[in-house]
Amino acid sequence: MKYLVLLIGDGAEKPWLEQTEAEQMAAMTKFGEFDAACAARDGVELLAGEALGDSSDATVMRTTGGQVQLTDGPYAEVIEGMGGFYLLEAPDLDVVVELLRLLPPYDIQIHPTVEVTP
Amino acid sequence: MVREEWGRLVALLLTQFRRLDLVEDALGDAVEAASRTWPADGVPANPAGWLMTAAKRRVVDRLRTEAVAARKHPLLLTDAERHQEATRTMADSGSVVEDDVLRLVLMCAHPALAPESASALSLRLVLGVPTADIARLFLVPEPTMAARITRAKKRIVGAGIPFAVPDASALPGRLDTVAQTTYLAFTAGYAPGTGPDLLRAELSGEAIRLTRVVLGLRPDEPALVALLALMLLQHSRRDARVRDGRLVLLADQDRTRWHRDEVAEANRLLAAPCLAGPLTPLTASYVLQGRIAAEHATVASAEQTRWDRIVGLYDLLLQVAPSPSARLARAVAVAEDRGAAAGLAALEGLEIPDSHRPAAVRAELLSRAGETDAARAAYDQAIAACRNDVERAFLVGQREALG
Repeated sequence: MKYLVLLIGDGAEKPWLEQTEAEQMAAMTKFGEFDAACAARDGVELLAGEALGDSSDATVMRTTGGQVQLTDGPYAEVIEGMGGFYLLEAPDLDVVVELLRLLPPYDIQIHPTVEVTP
Repeated sequence: MVREEWGRLVALLLTQFRRLDLVEDALGDAVEAASRTWPADGVPANPAGWLMTAAKRRVVDRLRTEAVAARKHPLLLTDAERHQEATRTMADSGSVVEDDVLRLVLMCAHPALAPESASALSLRLVLGVPTADIARLFLVPEPTMAARITRAKKRIVGAGIPFAVPDASALPGRLDTVAQTTYLAFTAGYAPGTGPDLLRAELSGEAIRLTRVVLGLRPDEPALVALLALMLLQHSRRDARVRDGRLVLLADQDRTRWHRDEVAEANRLLAAPCLAGPLTPLTASYVLQGRIAAEHATVASAEQTRWDRIVGLYDLLLQVAPSPSARLARAVAVAEDRGAAAGLAALEGLEIPDSHRPAAVRAELLSRAGETDAARAAYDQAIAACRNDVERAFLVGQREALG
């Protein structure tokens, strides 16, 4: 199965900008360990993963009656606090949870994708 | 026979077809066919095998129909698939007994399911309890329960909850969830003064059967041994708990109606070697609640109750698993042991949101201490907060008796 993993909030982790350099290093190490564990695990593949930029730089696009409107908000509340995401191929939910335990203790939403077959 | 074999048949069918949406219906159809043909033709030599064959045939029929429609269905993820696609590098599979029924139990009680859904699904899939009975146990209409079970099954497939035994390091935590799920089904039948009590107590007994099934697969699992003891002790009083449709308090129950064989079994379980070592907080809380219940169950009359020992056990329970309801129960025990004034002191500052119980206990203790005015005020507070008709009537009666 494919899972979209959304890092939706700092959770038990101190916000990045309040962290000391050493704490930031430790967090980065955890991301590295997560990458390595995914690569080492058969049946698991990290298809994509990015940290998101500041939400104030995001754009909302809406199409009304064929007209495209671009605005700098209002943003969906959860997405405003979102720090990053992964797209992950994994055999099941238990494997995903086991691997994600390697990351800093963020609040995370794990969302299966739907396979669209013609 | 069907009830005994249900979980094993569901597990075997899931192993083979991985279609949670088809398996239960197919087995239900097979049981229905058996109830029609067996009385006339006689029970087959291998009833479980007969049911398995009939159910398989129905699944295959459905799959054939679907193949014509050429729709792709999501499949349950199984151990076999995981072993092909994913050798679990951290897994110590050699030390884990992989059993079809255990996989079924762990899937139904997965922490990603809401506890009430997991409870209902376990009763349905592992034990084959009819949906109508599960609905009665949880006090919801049958269509609501049917929808809840269907949603839970969809979520298992959709979220990718595996039909699998996790590695040895994760298994104890998962069995704790199984214990909590089971206990939820058990306590649902004992909501005071609601519904036809005795029947619901009987349905609660299904939780005991579920625990026995899992213990058959994982003997000496501390959480399950302790849970079984606790449930047996509470369940042993079922016939004495209700008289003429009214709840009977522990002190007033006819102890000859307690099931002695169940008390004896619970005491043996509490003495089991697997409970002697260091325990998880959950298991320790079951053991302590079980010991408290055993104190009541093993004395001949309410007067002989060793309240000093019960207070000591509550002290330990509050260290392991602090909760307002345990504090309240401890205060009651303190009052029995050292008098109303000591009980009132133990109640100091205790509040349980949306509960009339702290006020009701305070009222009773104030009345015993001779503080009638304060008792009356506390009864008023308890009556205002009480939302259960039977209990409110009891409180009103107590208040009037103050004079």
